[in-house]
Amino acid sequence: MDLILGFVQSAPVELIIVQTINGIVTGMILALVASGLTLIFGIMDVVNFAHGELFMLGAYCGVVVFALTGNFWLALLTAAFLVALFGAALQIVTLRPLVGRDPLTTILATFGTSLILQNYALWQFGPVSRKIGEPITSQFTLFYLQYPWYRIAVALLSAAIIGAFYLFLKHSKFGIWIRATTQDRLMAQAMGIPVPWVLTGVFAFGAALAAASGVLFAPLGGVYHTMGLDWVLKAFIVVVVGGMGSLGGSIVAAIFISLLEAYASIWVSPAQAVIVSFVALILTLLFRPTGLFATPK
Amino acid sequence: MSAPAAEPLVQVEDLHTYYGKSHILHGVSLHVGRGEVVGLLGRNGVGKSTTLKTIMGLVPPAQGSIRYEGRSIAGTPPHVLARHGIAYVPEDRRIFRLLTVMENLRTGLDRRGVTEARRRELLEQVFASFPVLAERRNQAGGTLSGGEQQMLAIARAMMLEPRIILLDEPTEGLMPRMVAQIREIVDTLQRQGVAILLVEQNVPLTLAASRRIYIMEKGVVRHHCAAAELSVHDPIIQQYLGV
Amino acid sequence: MTAVAPDAGPLAAGQGAAAAPVLRTERLTVRFGGLAALNQVDFAVGRGEIRAIIGPNGAGKSTFFNCVTGVLRPTSGRILFNGEDITGLPPNLISRKGIARSYQITNILPNATALENVRIAAQSRRHGWNMFRHHRAFRDLTERAEGVLEAVGLLSKAQELAANLSHGEQRNLEIGIALATEPTLLCLDEPTAGMSAAETRETMQLIRRIARELTILIVEHDMPLVMELASRITVFHYGEVLADGPPAEIQKNTRVQEVYLKT
Repeated sequence: MDLILGFVQSAPVELIIVQTINGIVTGMILALVASGLTLIFGIMDVVNFAHGELFMLGAYCGVVVFALTGNFWLALLTAAFLVALFGAALQIVTLRPLVGRDPLTTILATFGTSLILQNYALWQFGPVSRKIGEPITSQFTLFYLQYPWYRIAVALLSAAIIGAFYLFLKHSKFGIWIRATTQDRLMAQAMGIPVPWVLTGVFAFGAALAAASGVLFAPLGGVYHTMGLDWVLKAFIVVVVGGMGSLGGSIVAAIFISLLEAYASIWVSPAQAVIVSFVALILTLLFRPTGLFATPK
Repeated sequence: MSAPAAEPLVQVEDLHTYYGKSHILHGVSLHVGRGEVVGLLGRNGVGKSTTLKTIMGLVPPAQGSIRYEGRSIAGTPPHVLARHGIAYVPEDRRIFRLLTVMENLRTGLDRRGVTEARRRELLEQVFASFPVLAERRNQAGGTLSGGEQQMLAIARAMMLEPRIILLDEPTEGLMPRMVAQIREIVDTLQRQGVAILLVEQNVPLTLAASRRIYIMEKGVVRHHCAAAELSVHDPIIQQYLGV
Repeated sequence: MTAVAPDAGPLAAGQGAAAAPVLRTERLTVRFGGLAALNQVDFAVGRGEIRAIIGPNGAGKSTFFNCVTGVLRPTSGRILFNGEDITGLPPNLISRKGIARSYQITNILPNATALENVRIAAQSRRHGWNMFRHHRAFRDLTERAEGVLEAVGLLSKAQELAANLSHGEQRNLEIGIALATEPTLLCLDEPTAGMSAAETRETMQLIRRIARELTILIVEHDMPLVMELASRITVFHYGEVLADGPPAEIQKNTRVQEVYLKT
């Protein structure tokens, strides 16, 4: 206890507040990535190992559109749209034939896809990382820092996207279709819901969410062909801790884990701070293996 | 028992269905006419539910034919059949537990070609037949009692405006009062011109509600006659349903 | 509630086994939340009987089987096997005591031959941990397994992969696997489910053959089979014993008819 107090006291309050904001910003992007992942798993029991590559493709799409038009927001929308289409095609070609088969086959399929996409990106764009300029360059003074408004914008935008998606799920006809199909695929079919297309649609949505996160993140880091790997690993941890299939769970878990990491990096390097995510994962698996907010099926 | 004048609505011939290696249906043949209530009786495990599931396309037939309005439907996906007038109410109800009553109804109501006026009409009708559903319209399906869930399962099927409802053991586990309600609903649907293939183990209800009866044993139809020709104490009933 | 007075003894019809019952339950109760799946069930079956357990959906037949075979722990009450209290024992210990069970969904190993399937089961009974007596033990295990295969009519298919057997043959292999553990009480859970009429008849003959040396409990829905095969029938309804007696008596029992026909 004294050790913890000692640690806490060694960090100035301003640093903690700054890290809280950083944690929330990263957490919101992570939430966006994890939402797509948990949605896909919840409805079709597919563990999408290619999710990080959809994130990466989105970022590269953003790079290209930004280079052509100079408009960040157009890049965001276009990337999300194009990757959604690509995701739909991917699902139809590689996953639809595997419906009902051993889950291992879908894991192999998505993993294979991720390898293909990574190498394609390397071949297409080369090994040098790209960048997208931030659409908002102004900053505000936060204690001793000049904190970029863009980061705040990213957090707000991610929240808005997730919020919009939640409302869509709750109130629209397609949202009902998605929720019905997730709960009972057979009866959804018996009610006339075109289940094969609902599955494709959800995969496309998940891909769009991943792509949007990629574009939003691009100005903060760089765009390179393996950028998906870090994010997808964390996203999987988030999904397991939050509860597979639970949208709310992933959001809470994403912010929670990102905050933990942000605080940990006050004392250790960010690379070492990642350890807290794994500790959270192990604790969850030990004590509450279905996740904190697992959906009762 | 007169032969149906027109082509039957649903015609099943020599149906064979397997679950893995387990040969459940050994050549089932039956038909249901337009607006007709047909009962399918038999003990546990004889293949009554499997027959319904095969017609609905939820289980693929290994052999045999299924015709709906004269056209072959074997191999047609269930969601297409649902949109063409075949509704299925399964044995364990299987309402969407995490969706509200209203959302459950919407899964059938949100279809192409249904005008706003017709939507309101259908909802009014179903709330009139099942006032308890109107009361609980915003409650999650999983919070309803067994009997209420059965009502919801039937109401949901009615939202599809079906020409035939495949109704699997609707009275199982229900109190006598609810069983009487189910009987009324079957009668009402029949008056509206909806055909029903009623799988049941409740003999008196089935004999009273149906025009014709099929009795199954070990994967085949063993007896077929007009419901009026049978009574609960008939030796045939004792043989295939009793002990 | 007791349907059979304990001192009358569950006499197997014509089998002359008036001795202590092989299996007995006392006020066996299983509650799931507020629901009593089994309610104060007193049940007894005598040596050499073929006892059929029947009843409509949800009557508690599977729950009863699950208790007897150790898969489910009862909420209260006792289960006595040959006078010994086995209540709450785990399935592996119950198997050692001499109770074997076949399942509704076949549990055979598809990639092993019929002989190997049975031999593995026989091994569990005879040569648990000893890895050194291998050579001679192997031979008598194989002989034992072949004997079981013959009893279930599958000796000619001994080298056939289990996955390649017909459904009826697989169900019979399932019975063989249970037999190989040398039980004194054999619990069969819907052994003829999914079988044709011909396969059902074969299985019925099989059960008759093996019943000479065993006591058998069988849950079934096939009434003609039950009436022909069983020496005595127990009817379950809503977790309680509704009736208990020889087939002819049960058939004349109006209450049982009412329950089945829902009149």
